[in-house]
Amino acid sequence: MHDETQQLEAFQARIDAGEKIEPKDWMPDNYRRQLIRMISQHAHSEVVGMLPEGNWITRAPSLRRKMILLAKVQDEAGHGLYLYSAAETLGIDRAELIEQLLTGKAKYSNIFNYPTLTWADIGMIGWLVDGAAIVNQTMLAKCHFGPYSRAMIRICKEENFHNKQGYELVATLARGTPQQRRMAQESLNRWWWPTLMMFGPPDDQSPNSAQLMRWKIKLQSNDELRQRFVDRTVAEAKAIDLEIPDPDLRFNEQTGHWEHGPIDWDEFWRVIRGDGPYNHERIRVRREAHERGAWVREAAEAYALKRREKAASAAG
Amino acid sequence: MADEQRQDTELTLYEVFVQEKTGEPHVHAGSLHAADQEMALQNARDVYARRGPVASMWVVPATSITATSPSDAGPFFDPAEDKVYRHPQFYRVPRAARQQAKKVTS
Repeated sequence: MHDETQQLEAFQARIDAGEKIEPKDWMPDNYRRQLIRMISQHAHSEVVGMLPEGNWITRAPSLRRKMILLAKVQDEAGHGLYLYSAAETLGIDRAELIEQLLTGKAKYSNIFNYPTLTWADIGMIGWLVDGAAIVNQTMLAKCHFGPYSRAMIRICKEENFHNKQGYELVATLARGTPQQRRMAQESLNRWWWPTLMMFGPPDDQSPNSAQLMRWKIKLQSNDELRQRFVDRTVAEAKAIDLEIPDPDLRFNEQTGHWEHGPIDWDEFWRVIRGDGPYNHERIRVRREAHERGAWVREAAEAYALKRREKAASAAG
Repeated sequence: MADEQRQDTELTLYEVFVQEKTGEPHVHAGSLHAADQEMALQNARDVYARRGPVASMWVVPATSITATSPSDAGPFFDPAEDKVYRHPQFYRVPRAARQQAKKVTS
């Protein structure tokens, strides 16, 4: 028998050697806990992410936009399911994961605690929120826990459509009537800062980052990812003549990066703690949907039972 | 709503395998929960085949899969390692024959 220290060393050595960890491998308890927290939070974000978009399906301005939005929301449900299934490989039940979301014990991405007030917000979610998600998920697709990495590869393949349809929507408004242009700019003003917060606190205030990077769950730091997002998004905003709402934004010739002004981290912590504009509403609606769907799950089970009994009596 | 039976039970876990094109192997895609095999297959289509290409899908109850465990994977697969004579490189072939073989295969 190995003792714990030896096991830990062997585990880290495997990761350092570039090996991927699979669910049945020995792993430190802390690794398992952190991964369950991270993957399930990610899954919950996909599921809750359906709510701000879902409430615009009936109000989409054309059939084309409606079909796109329906397909996108369906994808988000799918992404949640890939991720729940990855989390379950670590030995936690689906029912327990759902319970954690519905009781408010688990967190989900802060960004969905902001409301979608106008149609431009639907474009902004695709362009900014999914754009930020892609930057993060492209990194996670290379992470060293097999099931998480595999789920991310699937998600990344689908996420590009989400990002492009959003940018197209915003670009269409930006070259539309003055009123549509204003709507796009006003929406960008509201979503820009919360989107930058999606990457999490700055590196010197991110308690979990160092360990997650040693385990190669994270391969880049919060600030590095945020920088990548800012660089690509500033260029996209310029292309459609929208203005990033940051008076301090400037290009650093030496580094070749766009530098943004200070982020209001007080707001970030306030929203995480539950005081965002929509925290309660999101969980209320999610809970209601779960309760209203109970009969479907019960009916499916009753039907399956009936079919099994029928098959048994036919055979008997 | 009836209040006695609110607790959700967990539906059976199925593993999903997808074949993208005929002639290719079925590859593990992920898992899902369903009440029976037929519903598992329908759910698998919605979750793992929203975009093509897909030629065929299998769903298998996770409990039906027997797998090696990482701790004895070493000894379990050991026999494969010490039989070098199973590899063509083990055999010495006269030079003339080797050149002949190269010509035929190239």
